Amino acid sequence: MTTLRELVAAGDRRILTGEAPSVDAGTLASFGERISEMARWVDAMNATDNTAAHAHASNVACAIAIAQAGVEPILQVVCRDKNRIACQADIMGAALHDVHNICCLTGDDVTAGDEPEARRVFDLDGPQLIRVATSLASGRYLSGRKIDPAPPLFVGAVENAGAPPLDYRARRAAKKISAGARFLQLQICYHPDRLEAFVGALHEQGLTERAAILPAIVLVRGPRPLAFMDREVPGIDVPAETIARIERADDPAEAAYQLALEQARHALSLPGVRGLHLTDFRHDGSLSRLCTDLDMAPKEERRSDAHRSHIPV
Amino acid sequence: MGFVAFIEHAVKKPVFGCRMCGQCVLHDTGMTCPMTCPKTLRNGPCGGVRENGRCEVKPEMRCVWVKAEERSRTLPLLPASWRGHIDELRQPVDNRLSGTSSWANLLSGRDKESPEGWQQAPREEPAA
Repeated sequence: MTTLRELVAAGDRRILTGEAPSVDAGTLASFGERISEMARWVDAMNATDNTAAHAHASNVACAIAIAQAGVEPILQVVCRDKNRIACQADIMGAALHDVHNICCLTGDDVTAGDEPEARRVFDLDGPQLIRVATSLASGRYLSGRKIDPAPPLFVGAVENAGAPPLDYRARRAAKKISAGARFLQLQICYHPDRLEAFVGALHEQGLTERAAILPAIVLVRGPRPLAFMDREVPGIDVPAETIARIERADDPAEAAYQLALEQARHALSLPGVRGLHLTDFRHDGSLSRLCTDLDMAPKEERRSDAHRSHIPV
Repeated sequence: MGFVAFIEHAVKKPVFGCRMCGQCVLHDTGMTCPMTCPKTLRNGPCGGVRENGRCEVKPEMRCVWVKAEERSRTLPLLPASWRGHIDELRQPVDNRLSGTSSWANLLSGRDKESPEGWQQAPREEPAA
């Protein structure tokens, strides 16, 4: 089996990662069903950590469930809910179960969730967490206490190419790469020019050689979720004309799909981009359609293709 | 709070909104205190900065890091060598220093002490 680490090291340009849905109820079987479509396509899947500051089944438990479903998990760790001791415990606990991909996030604030009265932690910030995870991978807890053998962690992070201060975003990504991030999953960006400038700045500095850049694609059913993201999710701006274009279309659901496809093609055309990070809010087969329209085969077929890394995009 | 800390707070609170973290990095962050960020982020803005440059948590406030980044470039009298410091990775806050004088901690070097794992984690060339 080819791991995410191997795909990144091999220079693969068609890496697919995806966001597993958050889990509020059910069993391992029902979770397995919910991720089954995405599981066919992605190389690795994120186990989220209390997304949008709502309590859900834990990141570590979901990462293990993803592995049990036969997909390589990526453990998200967020700084909002846990101090530095608990963040390290998450990572080491997951490593005990052979979960080795770690994605470090600062995290939304508690006020974004349904328990805004909660205490926010942020004992570490995102870049510091990357370095702490890198320290664990090199065989030491933050305190210096030895870990033998060291867990073979593959550390990554996120960045938002589309939020102010725009000129500083590539520098912040550079800081994360210097701290040890080997992949960066980007926030969804509805401004292609911003994504282009961000990736271009990293590529110019040779940083896209040091970390795999994976822009996000979010599949939504129509204009309403776009307007919701624009209004309710800080850091995501959806231009009014983009929303209006979907609204005015004869078939808004189809237009929303075409928007995602257009974004995906644009992102993959940028030098330095190594693949995509997918989120599916449609659950109507659009994810399979998107991958097919991008000329990507299901994961198993892609992996049996020895020349995969040489497929031109 | 000791005498030095008392004076430091009296000077820095009205000007910078000082929170007395005891490990001041104002000079690295365009003279903008990162502890006034609701998430107390010391290494740059989170991904939630609003389109108008305002804070995710307090929409009435300009993002501390939007301000810091701008001021690190434009603030007059800021020594040129300090302007690039904003890109350095700052270590986690030592919560034991809260309420102590960062001036005293600067002189003693206490504010630069970091856990062994932090020091020994593999270092890489920062980006040019």
